[in-house]
Amino acid sequence: MSRIFRITVSHSILICGVLLMIVPLWLVFASSTHSNNFIYNEGMQWKIGGEFFDNYDRVLNRKGGFTKEITASGIFYNSFIMAFGIASLSVFVSMMAAYSLVYFKTRFSTLFFWLIFVTLLVPLELRILPSYQIVSDLNLLNSYAGLILPLSASAIATFFFRQYYRSIPEELLEAAKLDGANSWKFFIDFLVPLSKTMIAAMFIFMFVYGYNQYLWPLIMTTSEKYWTVVMGLKMIYGGNSVDRYTYVILSLIPPVIIIVFLQRLFIQGLFQSK
Amino acid sequence: MKRVQFSSYFTQYFFIAPQLAIILIFLYLPIVQTFRDAFTIQDAFGFGRYFSGLDNFTFVLSDPNYITALKFTLIFIVVITFFSCSIGLLLAVQANNVIHGKSAYKTLLIWPYAIAPAVVGVTANYFFSERLGILYNFFNGLWGFDWYDNVYDAYIYVFIAASWKQISANFIFFLAGLQNIQKSIIEASIIDCKSSFRRFWTITFPLLMPTTFFLIIINITYSFFDTLGIIDTTTIGAPSGETKTLVYKAYIDGFKGLDLGSAGAQSIIMMLIVLVITVFQFRFIEGKIHYN
Repeated sequence: MSRIFRITVSHSILICGVLLMIVPLWLVFASSTHSNNFIYNEGMQWKIGGEFFDNYDRVLNRKGGFTKEITASGIFYNSFIMAFGIASLSVFVSMMAAYSLVYFKTRFSTLFFWLIFVTLLVPLELRILPSYQIVSDLNLLNSYAGLILPLSASAIATFFFRQYYRSIPEELLEAAKLDGANSWKFFIDFLVPLSKTMIAAMFIFMFVYGYNQYLWPLIMTTSEKYWTVVMGLKMIYGGNSVDRYTYVILSLIPPVIIIVFLQRLFIQGLFQSK
Repeated sequence: MKRVQFSSYFTQYFFIAPQLAIILIFLYLPIVQTFRDAFTIQDAFGFGRYFSGLDNFTFVLSDPNYITALKFTLIFIVVITFFSCSIGLLLAVQANNVIHGKSAYKTLLIWPYAIAPAVVGVTANYFFSERLGILYNFFNGLWGFDWYDNVYDAYIYVFIAASWKQISANFIFFLAGLQNIQKSIIEASIIDCKSSFRRFWTITFPLLMPTTFFLIIINITYSFFDTLGIIDTTTIGAPSGETKTLVYKAYIDGFKGLDLGSAGAQSIIMMLIVLVITVFQFRFIEGKIHYN
């Protein structure tokens, strides 16, 4: 009896939690399917309306911005490039750095370690003005490189790869050495294939991180050709129109799909090193 | 570190070079500039720059608006960490209990992790806008809620938006932490102690401490830095600057006010705060944790 009671309580709490997560977004979605006037006068709606196709078609294809040349599809393309660039570059660079930190012991190892991990204390938000100046000095304002490079040295990803490499048994390296593998071969033929799950997890983590960037694209793209999805919320859809509801729903589809469908890989990677 | 290692300088440097190059150009160079900005004053036309010692710091710290932002940020950190951690833990414990529907619950609770803070802010805005916002009207009916005017109501608005966003992240990590606890320990404790409530606080929760410790750091970093997008899309500091976090204030003073000296000094003060919090945690909290 008490066991059934406990399970019922668990399910009720979980259902409340799920509702807490879903109801707000359901309201935004339902509202995005009504006409502009209706939403303006009545506020958010619980029920689906009849303007779904009109609204989504209009938002995806309408030309916005100052020059009326950028469409939502173009903005999604930019965000995808930015997120993909940050994810692949940071995974690549952190894997190599972690390899260097774990498998080599020379005079500067400790210095390198601290140089990398101190950066955890100074996220982009803290150095936004000078970063802007440097990117501008390098002529990288309004470019994909400018969007990607300052965000692609991830101390967190390096940390996860480092933890993972450290958990790999020493015997692997001994055996590889006996077989005549040098430091390059060991990395490419042993470590890279072994860290597949970790690579996937860090890629997902950094992709969502890159896609969700707000402040950096907001300040460094003066040309709307390089606007990204999340900053577009501020730049394109200021008012309380139905287009904004539609845009909010569209904006969260890519990262949510990635997290939902790849959650197993993501979670396995995050926790295999602990 | 590994016992068996390679000892080739060239390969070691080759592998670490890309990471170092990026952080030197895009992290350390900006930090050096921040220090330069913080200890100098530029004249009004931007031609000259002279050393000003701690002037920028005394200017910032004697500004009552800065003290307001400092207080708000500290309250913000504590409230968000507390609420998102407790709700995340509560849901994780229940999800670990049930047998049916476990993976469905997991998916339905994990997905908000992927939503950008700025998008959460815009969504919260719909609920809290005057005239038609559902929560605005609900709270307004209860006690005359009006975040445009009342500081505490504005607090409630940003607290709800910022904590909601962080529940998923806490849920993911707590659930993984719970699943990592050895079954045998739990089974043994069931024999010793009938009350599942007491069992949780005396056995499970202490074993979860490493996860909790990690999550406290994650939540502090989140409330300190990542919430900028939420503030910028919800209150923008309303009623009159009381809901600006330190990071948001530094951004506004630097970018909108173009006061480089003040923004630089503010950045350095924040670096010190983050440093102190981190050191404090490692010194005082981690020592009290039981690792398996």
